[in-house]
This record gives sequence, structure tokens and C-alpha cells, in this order.
Amino acid sequence: MTDFFLLLKNELGLCVLLLFLLVMKISGRDNASFLLPAMQWLLLFNFVFSLLFNSGGRLFGGMFDTSPLLAFQKAILNLALYLSSLLFESWLRKSAHLAEFFLLTLSSLLGFFLLISSAHFLMFYLSLELATLPVAALAGFAPMEKRSSEAAMKMILSAAFSSAVLLFGISLIYGLAGTLYFKEVPAALKEHPLTWLAVLFLIAAFAFKLSVVPFHLWTADVYEGAPASVSSYLSVISKGAVAFVFVSALHKIFVPLKGQIQPVLLGLTLITILIGNLFALRQQNIKRFLAFSSITQAGYILFAISSLKAESFTPVIYFIIIYIFSNLAAWSVASVMSSSAGKENQHDYAGLYYRNRFLAVALVLSLVSLAGIPPAAGFFGKWFLILQGASAAKGIITVFVALNLILSLYYYLKWIWVVFQNTNAGSDTITPTRMEKTGLILCVAGILLIGFWGDLYRYIVELVKPF
Amino acid sequence: MSLLLILIIPILTAGAVLLCKTDEQVKWTALAGSLAQLGVSVALYFLFVRERAITGQESLILFEERYPLLSDAGIFLHVGADGITVGMILLTSFVLAAGVLASWNIVYRVKEFFLLLLLLALGAFGFFISQNLFLLFFFLELSVIPKFLLISIWGSGKKEYSANKLALMLMGGSALILTGILLLYFNGGRTFEIHSLSRVVFSDRLQQVVFALLFVGFGVFTALFPFHTWVPDGHSSAPTAGSMFLAGISMKLGGFGCLKIAMYLLPEGALYFSHIIIVLSVIGILYGALATMMQKDLKYINAYSSVSHVAFSLLGMGMLTQTAITGAVMQMISHGVMTALFFAVIGMVYERTHTRMIQEMSGLMKTMPFIATVFFISGLCSLGLPGFSGFVSEMTVLTGSWEKDSVFHRTVTIAAAASLVVTAVYILRATTKIMMGPPQLPGENAVTDANTKERSAAILLTAGIVWIGLFPAWLTALIKPDVQQIMKRIAGL
Repeated sequence: MTDFFLLLKNELGLCVLLLFLLVMKISGRDNASFLLPAMQWLLLFNFVFSLLFNSGGRLFGGMFDTSPLLAFQKAILNLALYLSSLLFESWLRKSAHLAEFFLLTLSSLLGFFLLISSAHFLMFYLSLELATLPVAALAGFAPMEKRSSEAAMKMILSAAFSSAVLLFGISLIYGLAGTLYFKEVPAALKEHPLTWLAVLFLIAAFAFKLSVVPFHLWTADVYEGAPASVSSYLSVISKGAVAFVFVSALHKIFVPLKGQIQPVLLGLTLITILIGNLFALRQQNIKRFLAFSSITQAGYILFAISSLKAESFTPVIYFIIIYIFSNLAAWSVASVMSSSAGKENQHDYAGLYYRNRFLAVALVLSLVSLAGIPPAAGFFGKWFLILQGASAAKGIITVFVALNLILSLYYYLKWIWVVFQNTNAGSDTITPTRMEKTGLILCVAGILLIGFWGDLYRYIVELVKPF
Repeated sequence: MSLLLILIIPILTAGAVLLCKTDEQVKWTALAGSLAQLGVSVALYFLFVRERAITGQESLILFEERYPLLSDAGIFLHVGADGITVGMILLTSFVLAAGVLASWNIVYRVKEFFLLLLLLALGAFGFFISQNLFLLFFFLELSVIPKFLLISIWGSGKKEYSANKLALMLMGGSALILTGILLLYFNGGRTFEIHSLSRVVFSDRLQQVVFALLFVGFGVFTALFPFHTWVPDGHSSAPTAGSMFLAGISMKLGGFGCLKIAMYLLPEGALYFSHIIIVLSVIGILYGALATMMQKDLKYINAYSSVSHVAFSLLGMGMLTQTAITGAVMQMISHGVMTALFFAVIGMVYERTHTRMIQEMSGLMKTMPFIATVFFISGLCSLGLPGFSGFVSEMTVLTGSWEKDSVFHRTVTIAAAASLVVTAVYILRATTKIMMGPPQLPGENAVTDANTKERSAAILLTAGIVWIGLFPAWLTALIKPDVQQIMKRIAGL
């Protein structure tokens, strides 16, 4: 029985938070001045709790599988959610449905936790649905805004489509292998054209969630329409979780098909990086810009994954940690700017440095980190991704991936330049709240320090070794 | 003495600058830091010479320090210095100190300016002393954002275009270098340590591929033709200290990388591409010199002539003789000091006349004699007058090139030597026009001669070029063993 609680502790933690929210909602104590600080503290506690007492084991007849590595991934996602609760404070405070926001995000996160731990396709499918549906509701969180409703609609349609594809893939696998347990599938898979089709469907479903080209079409519209906090959840937590699951799924299920999968993944990597870059070049709206930038980042993650080795977990986890800090900071600045006067366009950021130095420095550092320029942590993250990808790819592909860094540097520099532009445009004051400041300081510290914190990388290497 | 001091001083200075309250404090702090750095560098030179005399083994990397950062991934904080490194460090600290002095009149966003300048210097210092390719790449990339911001905020003219062009072209170079480094890593036993990689025997094919990647990558930084196009725009749009740094130091990062990484680690590649390097650099020499003749803007003159001068050091490397490579290193150092001086003086002239067009000035010798004299000195150094550093180093390159007696090598040597005449034409024409004649300035404003800070900057750098020009022996003695080692690797094939 203790085992049960110990192994499920991260999921149970979220359930406790959900119950707490429900009780608060029913008892009518869901005003922001009480609930928001309470949630911030609870999420922080939840994050710390998720770092402790982690062990490995199986539950529910082998459908649920956990290990210190998987628990660490959950902790990373917890950290991201905690940071979001700080970083989007002013938006959350204004929101009329604070309790619902947390209810939905926590349910979705619970879905991702179960997804990470699933060892059975049925479990896998159910938890993916649990993770996706609340996000669609979240995307429509501002129902009075046309764009937000549109985003929710797009999200739910595309999510339904990708689920259907996934389900079809799973049913094919069941037909071929006669089992849905991850550990039994590889041995039972035979060389058969249908196997290949099933694998393609599964990869397509993952590509959808990771917004890999050509499955990216929903991304920019949804990111733009949804509130910044929701978009950041999609681009950081959802993407991170799916990347984790993708690595382990490839490793657990598709081992026998390595030879055929690698070219597909490399092909997806190349077009994702290129298309993401090309579209990001022309974006004037910061949310769309961050959307395409996150597509490109997904391409780099995919490059590391395409090496199809267990070690590719290390750079992916390391990068996601860094990506959380960098990307959340950028989204937070976007949210502060947008909630102060609904400003989302590039020219609204002109001379931000002279209006609010703190926000400007945070934005510039996060962009530098996303661009992968030292001393920001993004440099280290990207270095290890490319190193991992290059270990299996041909030199020419590595050159292509590396040259794409020029393209991405161009649009990041453009935004940096705009921030420092000396204009008189907009003299309105933009003030982040105290918690937003705290969150941004945490992010900036993460961006500047994580790269030099070698123990973190070593810790991840140790975690990945038994995998 | 710990070599890490070279990194610690700029970091501490930058930290102190951050804490300063007034602009005046910022400037004095930056000056103090850069003078301390200069002092440490000079001390490093003497310690290095002494240490080398004691150990007896000549081509040794001294003052080595190695700390694991991420030993699993081959990343070490591994620093060390050989003779060429010491020369480069001396150059960088001279230019840094002079750059701080020459920027004394900055009024806009002073703190940010000096912070970025120090970060830029940190990148260069770190690059030169790195003995680990990851570390080297880290420091190379570190300077991308400072360069971009220095030009795009404090620059002039079409600064946005120039800053973008420079950052993107240099990033392209970095991308090639990155791929080259990764190929070395995977084929050289999973290590980034330069020392370990130098012992690996790479296949000829791999050497050629990686050499091409690394040489072109570093070549972008050092304006290898046809990747020189960022130089004129970047240099002319940058603020004075920015140009001094770009031309004086940043371009040398590329040259240093070509020699100490590409050629040192991949001698077979160097041999294979020798002819191509020579042809490209001669084109660079002639093209740079001829393009200079057409320029009307002082900064463009110096920018294009930099393309020509730097190509001399690439020519020296391509020749693969002991003398020519020695000349190449001397040319890097000499050109660094000279071009920094030139840009500093142009900055001083511009601040007073508010123009950089040759046509709009004349008779500066009468209105600002000190500045005009220094201008004249740097011009003469540029055209290779004996007694200044330019003569010594270009002469060494040409002598080294002449040692190769095939028709091809003789022809290109003569062509390169012919460029000196072109240089003389444009330098003399420009200096005569703006120095001599009746004083004529745009506007009615009374102009003053250089102030103390500007004088000190100019004197510091002038002392450098005269010192190398009159007593080049210390420099050749300093770099000789390291050049010999590179030559040994090439000759050993």
C-alpha cells in the first residue's frame, strides 16, 4: 500500500490540488486575492515534493510504470507550472475564472503525468485525451473574444483529428501484435507493410502535438488567439511532456524499426527547422512569432531525438529545462505587455528598454537564450541537442541544421533591435506585479546560471543511464 | 600567476561598471580595469619568456590550468598560453585600453556601452587562451550580441543593416566552425581538448572536409575573400571603439583560429587547400587595395584597406613556410594595433569636423596638429614605411612567400607586393588632401586638438607600432617556437 502512494505520489499530489480547488470553488472562496497566492505556494510545495522520495515500479497490472527519471520529468513540468503561476499573475488576477483556469491546467497536467508513466496503449490514449481536452477549453478562455473562440475551435478539431490518427495507429498495432503492453509490442511486431503504416500514424500523432511541420498548421493561430498563459502552457509544458514521451516511446516500442524511422525523423527535422525559421522571419505579432520560434525549437529537439539512442533523453531533458526558463520569460513579457494595453505587435515593443528596463532585459535575455547565444543557457541546451543529433546524422545534415541558426538569429536580433530602438513611441508605463518580477528574476537567473551548472547535466546523465 | 586572471579582470570590471552610479564613475572604472588588464598582460609576457627559458622546451603551452566543467561531455575549463597567444593577449589589452580612452566622449547610455565593450573583450581574451574547442566556441559566440548592439545602438549611417549583416555573416562562420568541431569530436575519440585532438591521426578525406569548414568559418571572421562584405559596412557603421575592436581584435580571432585550430589540427587539409588559400588571399589583397582607392569616406578607406592587410596574413598562412607564417602572425598583431590607431584618429577627426568625407576637409595639420600627426603616422604604417610595424610584418610575409620558387608562388608574391604601390597611392592622396592646404572645415565651429585622454590612447597605440617596427626581434622570438611546431606538423606529412 505504501508502494501505491509512493509510486503515484506525483499524480496524487495533483489530485489533492484539484480537490482543494473544487472545495474552494464550491465554498465560494475563489477570489483572486486568496486563491492566487494560495495556489502559488501550493504549486511551489508540489514542485519541491515532486523532487523527493522518487522510486521506480509498476502499478495497475503493469499499465502504469514509473522510475526516478520519469519522476524527474514530472518535476520539471511542475516547475514550469509553478513559474507560470507567478509569471502570468496580472492576467490571472484579472481573469474571472481563476479556479477554473487552475482546474483545467492541473487536469491537463495530470493527463501528461499519466502519459509519461503509461506502459500500455490504452492508458496512453486515455491520458493523452485527458491532457488535451482541458487545453482546448483553456484556449477558449476568453469567450467574448472572437480570436480566442476561434483558437479553441481549431484546437479541438485538430486535436480530435490527431487523436483519431493515433487511435487508428494503435488499433493497427493491436491487430498486428495482439497486445497493447509496450514491453510486449516490439517482440510481437512483424515485418509487415501495416506495421510501417501504424508507426507512421503514431509518429504523426506525436508530430501533431509537438507541432512539427507539416503538422504545425494549428500552432500559430491557436497561440495567437489563446491568452498568453495558455499559449505558454502549450508551447512549454505540453511540448516538453510530449517530447519526453516521444523519446521513451521510440525507445520502448519502435526499437526494431530504427533503420526505417530515422530517415523519416531527419526529414521532419529538416523541414520543421527550415519552415519554422522562414515563417518566423516575417511575424509582426509577438505571439505568432513565439509560435514559429517554438516550432523551430521543436525541430532542434527532434534532431536530437532522431539519433534514436537512449542517451538522447539527456539533451532533450536538459534542453527542456532551459527552454522552460527562456520561453516562459518571453511569454510572460508578452502577457504583461498585452494585458497593459493589448499590445502584441513588434512596433509596440520599440524602445521598451527605455520604458521598462527590467522587462526589456528579461525579454532580450530570453531571446538570446532561444537563439542559442552564450552566455545564456540556450547555448548549452542547443549545443547538446546538436551534438546528440550529429552523433547519428551525416555531416551535411548537421551543416544544414547549424546554418539554420543564422536564419533564426536574424529574427531574434530583429526583436532585440526593436527593444533597444530609440523612439518616442508609447510613453505609457508598463509595470509588472511583484510576483511577476519574482518569476522573471527566477527565469533570468535560470537563463544565466543553468549553463554553468554542470551538476544538473551530470544528474540527468545518471538518471538516464539505467533507462 | 594564474592565467584565469585574464578572464577574471574583465568580468570584475564589468561587475563594477554595473554598480556604478554616474557616467564618470563608469568611465574611470572601465579605464582602471583595462589598465589593470594591460599590466597583467605585460607581466604575462615577461613571465612567459622567463618560464620558457627555464623549462627549455620551447613549443610548450605554459600556465596551463584545467578544471572539469562537464567531463562526461568533454567540456573542460582548460586554458593555456603559447607564444602566439601571448602576442594576441598583448594586442587585445592594448586595443582595449586605447578603446576605453577613445570612448571618453560617449554621452549616450554610457554604462551599457562600456559593459558591452568589456564583454566583447572578454570574448576575445577567452578565445585566445582556450585549450578546449567547446570553450573556444563559447567565447567566439559570446561576442555576437555585444557587436550587434554596439553597432545598432551607438553606430552611425545605415547601422541596422550593417549590424545585421555583420551578426548574420559571423553567425554563418560560427555554424561552419560548429560543424567542423563536431566532426572532429566524433572522429577524434570524443574529445574537445585541442591537445588530445592534435595526436589523433585523421584520414585525409576527413582532414580536407573539416579543414574547409573550419578555414572558411574562421575566414568569415577574418574577411577572407569573398566573405569580406561585412567588413566595410560593419566597420564604418560602428562607433569608434567598436571599429577599433572589430578591426583590431575580432578579425584576428578568425586569423588565430585559421592558424591555431584549422592548420594546426589538420595539416593535411592545409597542404591540400594551400593553393586556394593563396589565390583567395591575393584576390583579397588586390581587391581591398583597389576598392580603397575609390572610397571617399575615411572609415571606408580604413575598412577596405583592412581587408587588404588582413589578407596578407592569410597569404602568409597559405604559403606554408616558416618565415611566411611568422610574418602572418606578425601582420595580425601589427595590423591590429595599426588599424585600431587609424580608427581612433578617424573618430577624433569626425568628432570635431562632423564629417568623414575627404572632400570636405583640408588643412587639418594647422587646426589640430596632434591628431593630424598621428593620422599621418598610422597612414605611413599602413603603406608599409620602414620603422613601423606594417613594414616589418608585410616584408616578412613577402620574404617567406619568395622562398617558394614555383611560377605560381612567384607570380602571386609579385602581385601581392604590387598592392603596396596601390596602398601608397590612396594613403598619400587622402592624407595630403585632408592635412595640407588651407584650413577648411564644414561649419564655422572652432576646433580643438586632442585632449589628454585621446592623446594617451593615440600614444599607447603609436608606441605599439613603433616598438614592433623598430624592435621586431622580441616578437619573432616569442612566436617562433609555435610556428615551428605548426611547420613540423605540416612538414611531417
